Amino acid sequence: MPRLLLLATLGLLASGHAATARTIYVSNEKGNSISIVDGDKLELVQEVKVGQRPRGIVLSKDGKFLYICASDDDTIQILDTASLKLVGQLPSGPDPERMALSPDGAKLYVANEDDNMVTVIDIAGRTVATQIPVGVEPEGVGVSHDGKWIVNTSETTNMAHFINAETAEITDNVLVDQRPRVAEFTSDDAEVWVSSEVGGTVSVIDNRTRKVTHKISFQIPGVPNEALQPVGIKITKDRSKAFVALGPANRVAMIDAKTYEVLDYLLVGQRVWQLAFSPDEKFLYSTNGVSNDISVIDVDAGKVIKSVKVGSYPWGVVVKD
Amino acid sequence: MGKSVAALRSHRRQIARALCAALIGVGLGWLPAAPARAAEPLEVVITYVTQDEDRVAPLSLLDSLLTDEGLMGARQAITENQTTGRFLGQSYQLKEVLIPKDGDLAAAFKQALGAGQRLFILDLHADQLLQLADLPEAADAVLFNTRAPDDRLRISDCRANLFHIMPSRAMKADALAEYLVWKRWTRWFLLHGTLEPDLAFAAAIERAAKKFGAKIVESRAYEYQATARRTDTGHVQIQRQIPVFTQNAPDYDIAMVADESDIFGEYLPYRLWDARPVAGTQGLIATAWHRANEQWGATQVQRRFQKFAGRWMTERDYTAWLTVRTVGEAVTRTKSADPKTIRDYLRGDQFQVAGFKGEGLTFRKWDQQMRQPILIVGARMLVSVSPQEGFLHQRTPLDTLGYDEPESSCRLQ
Repeated sequence: MPRLLLLATLGLLASGHAATARTIYVSNEKGNSISIVDGDKLELVQEVKVGQRPRGIVLSKDGKFLYICASDDDTIQILDTASLKLVGQLPSGPDPERMALSPDGAKLYVANEDDNMVTVIDIAGRTVATQIPVGVEPEGVGVSHDGKWIVNTSETTNMAHFINAETAEITDNVLVDQRPRVAEFTSDDAEVWVSSEVGGTVSVIDNRTRKVTHKISFQIPGVPNEALQPVGIKITKDRSKAFVALGPANRVAMIDAKTYEVLDYLLVGQRVWQLAFSPDEKFLYSTNGVSNDISVIDVDAGKVIKSVKVGSYPWGVVVKD
Repeated sequence: MGKSVAALRSHRRQIARALCAALIGVGLGWLPAAPARAAEPLEVVITYVTQDEDRVAPLSLLDSLLTDEGLMGARQAITENQTTGRFLGQSYQLKEVLIPKDGDLAAAFKQALGAGQRLFILDLHADQLLQLADLPEAADAVLFNTRAPDDRLRISDCRANLFHIMPSRAMKADALAEYLVWKRWTRWFLLHGTLEPDLAFAAAIERAAKKFGAKIVESRAYEYQATARRTDTGHVQIQRQIPVFTQNAPDYDIAMVADESDIFGEYLPYRLWDARPVAGTQGLIATAWHRANEQWGATQVQRRFQKFAGRWMTERDYTAWLTVRTVGEAVTRTKSADPKTIRDYLRGDQFQVAGFKGEGLTFRKWDQQMRQPILIVGARMLVSVSPQEGFLHQRTPLDTLGYDEPESSCRLQ
């Protein structure tokens, strides 16, 4: 009897969960598709064909649209998240790879790898608002939560460029280790964390002084140092934890985001690439490029709980409730 | 007549290139300046030295006869260093010392030294390199070998003022050997040319066989003389000649060709007496760079170079590109263009540079050879990258390629 009750409760919980209808969107770089994953059942629901080499993806503020960098088509495609149909495009500049949304949802900041520019797109007008010249091979784009600062990383120049969002001018250039990738602000905008894929480190930059204050490095017994290649970064709002995807090391590092100490290395799929939290930050999802799946991590427990098959060479991931 | 047309064409190309360079200059000038810096910019001059020589058209019509190989890589990288320098108050300049066939190499080099230049890209052969490196005036210069693969430059003839960006023959042969051993194709039929570079590569293959436990079942020299490259019906003869040249060999897995002179290696695939693949200097090759490489973001540099130079990036373009990036990295991190500071930094533990090889590239302290993954490529696609998984080394798997410290007599300080 108690068992039945328990089952009933679980059933209720599950259906309660389903009501939120969590969806995970994954871009598949080689598959030219977006995988739609049911975030409650953790099952692949559908694959939607999109443009060539889809990489960076971002949800609109209201969640109605998914913006997709179709790198080899030199455009950003707009996917309607209700109908799952492509409904338009944004002018992106050549070879868009990564982008970030301004907190008010009005602008997209896009890194154009091929022409050393960050393109600012006015979403409503579907026009290019401005282009900002940056270093060689611009890659990551991070936006502060107050919307005042954009940080762009350039892979060959090895810098984090701080751009004043209002004037669209670079005010500071901070040297970091080789091949910087992702720039992520802490929720209080006090720090920017920048991953260096070839350098094997995460540089923590003070957003006030614009100096590197900490360098986080990684070490896993039995894994060669060359394989420790940090890319995706996610930091919880309360800064209790941060997660860094370590590429071909097939691990996600779990870090105390206040002390910068690495707490654990979580084994995920092969060549782990990008990360995304569920909106409640209870779960973290990682795209694993070589094993064609995503790993689901329980944030509180610090454990990998499941992997879900998606399309070919999964790259970007975002989550909507 | 044909010659003058070609000369005219090449002249036109030069004009087009000069215009291009001018336009790029204008483009750069037009860019909004980085935040103003009070201090004078740090001027960094890198000098590119090469000497003209007799060139033979490549055996395959698919490859063109290049006269600016290497140079275009250096020019491309200078524009990239400039972009980075803009944010740091550093200004980079490439001086080009292009010496004619009968020109005096040492004199031109001394002149550049006399003008205060100390950072040199040397697109030269081994003997030329040593001639320059051994000049007393060059003792405090930093020289980069972007072309000569000779192992002796990393062993008995190593020099304290000479860094090697081009991988050595031993590194390439070892890279290939690791892959073939992984494939379990360990019985090799060695076919080699008779010129000095061919024999040197054959020796590197023999060394790699011993090192990795492969067996050379027979070594055979291709004695035919070099002939005209362009013929209308050449294939008829070659189709008969190559099977005869390769028959009656002991059982083998793969034919290993050592033909750096590009005389017969391209003729081997699909023509051997036995149904066997070909590797070495032709067929499946080991190289620092290839136009088919798209790994680790390489597509970006391939596209940039194609746009800039109007042709593919070759291995020599890549090593020159990588040298300029290496100097840029040292200057950026040390904030100095002083040759001693740069040399110390390059030899130190802090230095690493990204070269689209998926990991940081560093220098071996004992011989100043750049450690690097080596691409294993067929004619049209990347096949693999060495070192292969499972080939371990106490320092880094990269040191399984080429002469390791205990095997080398060189101990640079």
